[in-house]
Amino acid sequence: MAQIKEDVKEFILREFLPGESPQELTDSTPLITGGILDSLATIKLVSFLEEQFQIQVLAHEADVEHLNDIASIVNMVQSKL
Amino acid sequence: MPNQQSLHYFLGEAVQYRPEHEAIVDPGKGTINYDALGVLSDRVRDRLIHFGVRRGDRVGIYLKKSIDSVAAIFGVLKAGAAYVPVDPFAPPARNAYILNDCSVQAVIMDSCFGAKLHAEINHMGGRIQNPLMLDGVGGGHSLREALARVEKKDPAPTAPSVASSPDDLAYILYTSGSTGRPKGVMLSHRNAASFVNWCSKAFEPSQNDRFSSHAPFHFDLSILDIYVPIKHGSTLVLIGEELGKDPVQLASLISRERISIWYSTPSILSLLAQYGRLEQYRYESLRIIHFAGEVFPLKHLRALKALLPGRRYFNLYGPTETNVCTYFELPAQIPAEQSKPFPIGKSCSHVETKVVNEDGKEVPLGEEGELCVAGAGVMLGYWNLPERTARAFLGDDSGRQWYRTGDIVVQENDGNYIIIGRRDRMVKKRGYRIELGEVETALYRHPEVKEAAAIALAHEDNGICIKAFLSCRGVKHPSIIELKHFCSQNLPSYMVPDFFAIRDALPKTSTDKIDYQTLKEIA
Repeated sequence: MAQIKEDVKEFILREFLPGESPQELTDSTPLITGGILDSLATIKLVSFLEEQFQIQVLAHEADVEHLNDIASIVNMVQSKL
Repeated sequence: MPNQQSLHYFLGEAVQYRPEHEAIVDPGKGTINYDALGVLSDRVRDRLIHFGVRRGDRVGIYLKKSIDSVAAIFGVLKAGAAYVPVDPFAPPARNAYILNDCSVQAVIMDSCFGAKLHAEINHMGGRIQNPLMLDGVGGGHSLREALARVEKKDPAPTAPSVASSPDDLAYILYTSGSTGRPKGVMLSHRNAASFVNWCSKAFEPSQNDRFSSHAPFHFDLSILDIYVPIKHGSTLVLIGEELGKDPVQLASLISRERISIWYSTPSILSLLAQYGRLEQYRYESLRIIHFAGEVFPLKHLRALKALLPGRRYFNLYGPTETNVCTYFELPAQIPAEQSKPFPIGKSCSHVETKVVNEDGKEVPLGEEGELCVAGAGVMLGYWNLPERTARAFLGDDSGRQWYRTGDIVVQENDGNYIIIGRRDRMVKKRGYRIELGEVETALYRHPEVKEAAAIALAHEDNGICIKAFLSCRGVKHPSIIELKHFCSQNLPSYMVPDFFAIRDALPKTSTDKIDYQTLKEIA
């Protein structure tokens, strides 16, 4: 669990928030509604999750409900392992 | 008898000779044939005329892409008015500015945007005139229901369609403005019809073709998407905003819906090649792939051609002010040694092009200069911005007006134009045009921001990315997360900077202006 969170957080900071202090990105920071992930970034994130954790994210899961913050992302990944 | 250069004439013709043929398919939501599309748009026309909309007025369209929104567009045109499509995903404040700026006489909108738009327009001291509110969109049902609701209270008599003349305004497309406010590009029936008629000659579409509509309607790629199939009595397949961004679902849709003519930005084609798992399906109907809006990175173009061989590929070029004005058909095979992107090609036959130097004089073949365009495709001007319009044109000795594209090009010996760069601070990101000045204006609205400068950088995957340099008033500066959030509330998502850098002060030139050259070097 902690490792999944660490990996996801590290990826988001590196790809979409370069230069941001890691403590600013919390489990509940809104990613899609907060303007951090746009459509292209969402595709990249999904592609990363699928490769990193060897899971399949379905089309309807690539949405605000499942991807809007780190807590939701970790939950989704966890449920597929 | 409607004029043959008016856009709704194309629909009237198709209704006459192919009434039963499928005009529009909205996958999963419904279809509509030509006869029904004609009837539904007539009802919109009657309602608008009853509202008091007259020839030359503007009508806002604030709907997601749907059969409802296409019928609404034709209703507006039949009423003799110009439609102003706004991006349903853009911040309401921006859309309120646009609808207020061109003082629309009516707005056909989804009620879900009502409250926010109302609040924003009130804030500007305006009000929403004659709203026709739809509860959602899909299959044309919402539009029919909305019309029936108002009809019950206040029936609208049948009115004839207005026979627009070629120079009548047909639509206004708002693009990013360098002063921080979007500007409205005014296009006439002649502008659009001349381009549509050129498409007929250049691509010879048939009645059996099925066209994709990938671009949103506030984007000028939609003009080919909507009017070319309708002129030819063929079928338009709508691709909704959400699905349009999902490469895996797009691949399946192209196959399932038997799309034969595709048109989009290179960005979405690059995504299809990288993430679409194109090899999963067959695309037997697909015969033409058009792309426009930005340079297609060669790496992704090669990948796409390998996955979808044997099709004709066209690079279409032109700013919103002229729509497509040059085109280039790619060779069947991309030479292995090729490293430069393909040219934008030669002039389309409905316009003329030339290359001029800084003094406005034509340059010899092979020399760099600004590409200028004249002829039937060139816009009427910018809405309510006479000075900006005057600056956009260059008159020649015969009094002819040439639109200055701002693109620096070279014409090669074979006659094809190659893009070299820009004269100003406009950039193209994922096919969207962005004035860096508009990004900076949005950043300056943040109370903590003291100085802001946005620059564009080449990016391997995205083509272009935007980096913002800021200095702040206080010691504790806003986080990057907060800045992104702030920008996303004030700008469309493609304009939100990809990267931020906060400094104590921005570098200055000797005349105390922000030194963009230095910023580019340190970026």
